[in-house]
This record gives sequence, C-alpha cells and structure tokens, in this order.
Amino acid sequence: MSLQPVKFYQTGTFTVGNRLLAPEERSVQANMERTNSLNSGHRACQGCGEALGARYAIDAAMIASQGQLVAANATGCLEVFSTPYPETSWQIPWIHSLFGNAAAVATGIAAAIKVKKAKGQGGDVRVVAQGGDGGTTDIGFGCLSGMFERNDDVLYICYDNGGYMNTGVQRSSATPPAARTATTMPVGPEPGNAFGQGKFVPAIAMAHEIPYVATATVADLRDLEYKVKKAMTFRGARYIQILVPCPLGWGAASHDTIRLSRLAKETGTFPVFEAEYGEITSSSKIRRLLPVEEYLKPQKRFAHLFGKTPAIDTIARLQAIADKNIRRYQMLDKEAN
Amino acid sequence: MDKPYAITLDPGSSLANHTGSWRTERPVYVDRLPPCNNQCPAGEDIQGWLFHAESGNYEKAWQHLTKDNPFPAIMGRVCYHSCESVCNRAKIDSPVGINSVERFLGDEAIKRKWKLSQTAADTGKHVLVVGAGPSGMSAAYHLRRFGHRVTVYDAGPFMGGMMRFGIPKYRLPRDILDAEMQRVVDLGVEVKLNSKVDNILETMKSGKFDAAFLAVGAHIGKRAFIPAGAVSKIVDAISVLRSMENEEKPMLGRRVIVYGGGNTAIDVARTAKRMGAEPIIVYRRNREKAPAHDFEIEEAMQEGIMIKWLSTIKEAGDANITIEKMVLDDTGFPQPTGEFETLEADSVVLALGQDVDLGLLEGVPGLAVADGVVTVDPNMMTGHAGIFAGGDMVPADRNITIAVGHGKKAARNIDAWLRGTSYTAPEKHAVANFESLNTWYYADAPKTVRPMLDIIRRQSTFEEVQGGLDESTALFEARRCLSCGNCFECDNCYGVCPDNAVIKLGPGNRFKFNLDYCKGCGMCVAECPCGAITMEPENI
Repeated sequence: MSLQPVKFYQTGTFTVGNRLLAPEERSVQANMERTNSLNSGHRACQGCGEALGARYAIDAAMIASQGQLVAANATGCLEVFSTPYPETSWQIPWIHSLFGNAAAVATGIAAAIKVKKAKGQGGDVRVVAQGGDGGTTDIGFGCLSGMFERNDDVLYICYDNGGYMNTGVQRSSATPPAARTATTMPVGPEPGNAFGQGKFVPAIAMAHEIPYVATATVADLRDLEYKVKKAMTFRGARYIQILVPCPLGWGAASHDTIRLSRLAKETGTFPVFEAEYGEITSSSKIRRLLPVEEYLKPQKRFAHLFGKTPAIDTIARLQAIADKNIRRYQMLDKEAN
Repeated sequence: MDKPYAITLDPGSSLANHTGSWRTERPVYVDRLPPCNNQCPAGEDIQGWLFHAESGNYEKAWQHLTKDNPFPAIMGRVCYHSCESVCNRAKIDSPVGINSVERFLGDEAIKRKWKLSQTAADTGKHVLVVGAGPSGMSAAYHLRRFGHRVTVYDAGPFMGGMMRFGIPKYRLPRDILDAEMQRVVDLGVEVKLNSKVDNILETMKSGKFDAAFLAVGAHIGKRAFIPAGAVSKIVDAISVLRSMENEEKPMLGRRVIVYGGGNTAIDVARTAKRMGAEPIIVYRRNREKAPAHDFEIEEAMQEGIMIKWLSTIKEAGDANITIEKMVLDDTGFPQPTGEFETLEADSVVLALGQDVDLGLLEGVPGLAVADGVVTVDPNMMTGHAGIFAGGDMVPADRNITIAVGHGKKAARNIDAWLRGTSYTAPEKHAVANFESLNTWYYADAPKTVRPMLDIIRRQSTFEEVQGGLDESTALFEARRCLSCGNCFECDNCYGVCPDNAVIKLGPGNRFKFNLDYCKGCGMCVAECPCGAITMEPENI
C-alpha cells in the first residue's frame, strides 16, 4: 500500500499544501504548527537540499512519535552547519559523537530507553540516526550494518548528496560515475569519478531483510513524509535514503535544488521505492520520462561531458544505468504507458 | 551555572545568527495579470472569480464576477470567450472552460435567486441611458451601483436590444435574458420601453438629466444593389431576426439564400433552417476569410446548411438567383471569374453588416460622427460634455462582451465626471506568461466538454443548442485554473524554504518573508506554481 495521491484538486498532492484539501490531508510542512526541527539561522549554503530534507524528515518523525524523539547525528555538513558551538539549530534532543558511529550511538540510546522502560521510567521515546552519504555508505558503514543485523529499534536516515561536501567536495562511494569532485578531476582518458561497481546502500539494507527500507527525494514531499511516518510504524531497524542535491558540490544554481531532485527521478537516475523485509512493496512512477542529459546538464560536475565534443559514450553508460533502474525498480507505470 | 568539563558558554539558538545578511537578491510576492483577465473585453477578474468557484463558494464567485459584468448567464452563452484562446492551460492540455463555468454561475444565480446589491449612498444625480441593450444595461447597472439615479429609454418593446433582436433564442433563451435584465431593474434602474429618443438634447433638458450614455445598437441592415425582378423578395437579416420576436414570423419561403459571411448570416440561416427552410449561404470569400466564428460555421454545417464560398449574387430573378464564382487574388480580395450558376430562391436575405440610427444626435454641438459612428475620447465621452457613448455606436468591434465593457468603462467615467473629477484606471500588472509558471505542480486534468443538443432537434426547434455543466463538472472545470500570477495558497514557498524564512499567515492571508533569515536562494520562486514570486536585487 503506497501513498494514495489525490487525483485532482487543482494541484492534487503535488504541492506542499492545498487549500481545497481537508487539513488532515495536507502535508506536515503545510502546517503552521510544524516543529521546524532544524530552525532558521543554520549556516547551510543557499538552497541546501540537506537542510531541507532534514527538516522534512524530522518534522514528520516528530508527528509520528508525538514529539518523543531523539536524534543521533554523524559528522558531516548537517552537523557542522547546524551546531557551531555554542549555538544549535535543533529544536529536538540531539547528540553528535563521531563521524562513523551514529548508528552505534543510536543503538545505545535505544538500548538505554529499553532498559528505562523496563524499569518503568520514561515513556516511549523513539530514536533516529542521521548522517550524510560519507558517514553512512563509507565511514559509518560497519556500525550501520551491525545495527541492521541486530535489528536495533532505530530509524536511520541517510541524506545522500553524493560526496564529502563539508570538507571540500571529495568523492564518496555514493558519488555517481563521471562526476567531478576534488579527488576525481575531469582529466585523463576517463575524466571524473570512475565507473566502479556502485554501492547502493538501500539495496544492501534490503539484503539485511530489515523491516523497512525506502528511498525518497526532496522533490516529492508527500512521498517523503509518507515514508518517514510509515517507517515509524515499525519496530526494529529501518533505513531511508533521501536524495538531497548540493548546489556547491554539484555546481548547480541554488534555486535548482528541487528541480534536480525531480529530474533525478524522472530520468531514472535515482529510483524511489519502498521495501519491507527485503522485498519491494511499491515504487514511485515516472510522470514525464526524460533522458539523463536533462539531469546532467544543469550540473557543473558533469560539464566535461558536454564540451565541444560531447562524451556520448559516457552519457550512454549513465543512461544505461538509469534504464536498468527503471527496469529493476519498475519506475514506469505500465497501465499509463 | 555549573558547566560540564571544558564547557564555558551557555547553549544558544542559531536564531542569533541572522543569515539574511548573506543575501544579494530578495524574493518579493507579486500579483501578475492573468492572460484571461488581460484579454476580457468586459474587464472581468476571471482568475479572481474562479478562485472562489474552486472552493465551491459559487455565490461569492458570482458576486465577484458581477462586480464587472452583471450578465454571466448571458455571457456564458453568447460571449466569444477570447479569454480561453489566451489561457496558459492551453499549452498544457486545453484551455480552462471559463465560458462554461461562467454560464454555470449565471444559471445558479437565476435558480437560487441571488440578488445584486447596491450599497453606495444616493448622489442625487440623474443619468439618462439610451438603449436597453448590453452596453446600456451594463452602464445602468454600474451607474446605479455608484449611487446615481438611472433612467433607460429604449425604442423597442422589450429589454435586451441586440441580445434579443440580433441573437436567436437557440443561442440565448429569452427567460435567461429576461432574468438578468430584470435583476438590473430590481436594483432600482428605471426602464422606459417603446420610448424612442428623437432628440437627445431635448430629452435631457425635459428630464433634467445630468449626463447621458448613448448605447443605440446597429439595427439597420445594410443594403447592396442587386438587379432584381419585380416580385423578388429581398430582405435584410437583422429585420428577419427582429421579426422572430414578434407574433408574425417572417415569410421567407423554402429556398432561402443568405448573402454574407458574418455571424449574423450564420444566425439567420440557422433560424431559417429551424423554420423548415433550406437555407444556402452565399459568401464572396472563403471560410478562412469569413468574419463569422469558425465554431458557428461548423455548427451551421452540422445542421445541414449549405455554404457557397467564393460566390457573389449577380442577379435575382422571380424564383431563382444567379451567382458568380470568385477567386481570391494575391491580396486576398475576391475577383470575378465569369463562371455563373443558378440557384432556386424564394427569398434573399442580406447579411452585409448593420448601421446605427444616429438621428437622435442631430444638432448636438461638438459631437462628431465619422463612418456612421460617434467619435469618443478615451473616456468614452463624445465631443459634447456630459454625453457619453458606447457599444455599436462607437468605433470598435461589435460584440456583446465589448458592449458590456463599454458600459462599465463609460459608467466609471460618467461617475467621475459627475463628481467633477476624472477616472484613472489602476496601473496594470505585468501579464503572467507561461514561462513564469512551474506547471509540474498542476495535476493532469483534461477539459470538460459541454453537451450538445441532438442534431435533429437543432434542425427543427429553437431549443438551446449548447447545454451547461452540472455542479460536479463545473467545479472540476474551475479547478483546472492555474491561477496564473496570483497566489492560491498552495504552501509551496512555505514548504520548500530550507531556512524556514517564509511565514505562513493563515487561510486567506497568504505569506510573508522573514528577511532576517532568507538567504536569497530563489527556491520559492522556482517552485511557485503560478509565478507569484519574483527576485529583486538587494541594494548592497
């Protein structure tokens, strides 16, 4: 049972709110009383996708947990821009320890809550761990896999912007092939990031057969909120990966953050789906299928593909990856096409 | 306060950090002019009344609509809705059915007996309106709403003018026309029927009028010289349409030739068809060049009316006519070919345009007439102070919507003139073009088509051809509006701001920016569906 979109109310479920819908049918973000978990005054760049994604996700989790929520945060942009000593932008209980141990810290909190509950102290406090793709797919991966394997009662949210943006845009295992970063310069016979085997952590999470795995983007708020709320209905280890464009690292205009997330899905570059206990239960369908060039061109990290002699072969390889996603995650609506 | 090891400062909030200082551009909420509103000859705020209709508040929508145009049920039937041809939604799927929603609102108002209201205090001024047609009654309505006393004189036996004597009832049922005319009367407008004004200055003087608005329709059919036999029946179209309103219907015979290619030609041919005749339209140019609206030509042809394009009448005999085939030359002008054809004909109806009877204006000092119409300044005033004119009487395209618009414009200027001031229209916003929209956010929704009367009944009866929408389809159609250039409170800006720098002010109150924290990323502008936000450079 995936998100049930409103078929036609001028804008359906596409916009954040919709005055024609009953208040309970609108998004959390449309609410004047939303938590604003990540408050104003944070030092993220203009148009930061991660700041947006974090507020979307944590505000929804706050609703789902009736405000009983603790977040553990990995090192990364999200931590650095939100908590320069002694200020904090977080309006929820929040803890930061190290780069690679957010999952382990969250596991510990969950264990402590369990013990307190057994002793009759404290209520039902839920635990979220969050980090960027560096702290999740690379540095924190061991702790994350352990948390999955033990099925600890934690929702882990990864904000995927495809690199170590905070330290100056270095490559991570989530950086897409051919992308320029500080450590994968567009020089040599195969410019940009190498075409490796890829490391798509949602698929690895599914291989752990944990209760719930999902992907989302900041372009589809309703879907994102639905998935966070859905994840909170499960006990045990859960994982959501949210694509969050980075204007700085991607070389994109600050106003294009949402547009690029939308294009990532509409081109098939980033599959949006959900899975329970290792099996896919639904996938978001592409509304207006586009070639990958539409996604690549507005980003300077791919500018070397569109020089005087466009890198047709490389673009074709990226298109092949998108085509495979579309096939594997059934991103096209068969009835509609 | 005791602090933990190595901690020297109290915890603070990032709200102390005013990131708005990073900004080089600031977002600004704007209202742009929707293309439909820009196009409407009657100056309706279409997007504005659709906004109320979208939430199902039809009475409020109707009240909003009638601020500009008191005749939505008439408009929803006979307006040529040029608004729809500029609708931005046409570039997505098909234009919003503005005209059909307008008709729905008009019909609802009649069904539910909604009343127009007049709230302004009486001014003590008395305005004469000549002609109870669309322009005159529109002006009377607006003048009354300004608080003036209004008396309308009309030569005819009923209100409506061209709407009654020029438009067949299969397009505009008379109960609809009567209902919307009566509503203006109910507002306190006095209408004197069968009262032709022969001399405007005399009438103004004897009635002690402070100002006058002239809105006499073009009721005189133009003639063309056609060599004809003694018993040939040649009549003009507008007389035929007028006599349809009388007890004695016109006798045209079975084989009726209609000469002309305008909307009146189509109307008279379709009327003849309904009376059992077999009309043939003869027009000297081709379909592309015909002044009639293409949908009317299409509907006429569906009803089995034959049209002889590129033909002129050379001669009319006792029971037939001779037509000559034409060809268009390089300039698009028809030239004779010398090829002739004979058609059986019981009568010939000339639909070659109409003139206005300007007899009432003789001897008015300062008033100028050129090409059969009255010269007016941009405020609709003639050369004689206090006498204004509009509708068919002034140089403009002739249709009902334009006439209604003239009435409103003239009323505003008459009101200003009576108060010793001058009316200045508020400055227009920039037009909301398609490029300013983010159409991703609008749900896919194809246009709702109005039902059409069965062809057989269209050929033999005067029942209304085009049906209306019911409530569910009208609501659907209203909700297809993109609200171009005007905030419709979708909450997108409030949601997509990564810095929570948009403050939601609650239903009906829109939003404002918190410039202490707005970094100027422009995401709200990019993701606003309707183009109601723009970026402006900061003074740095």
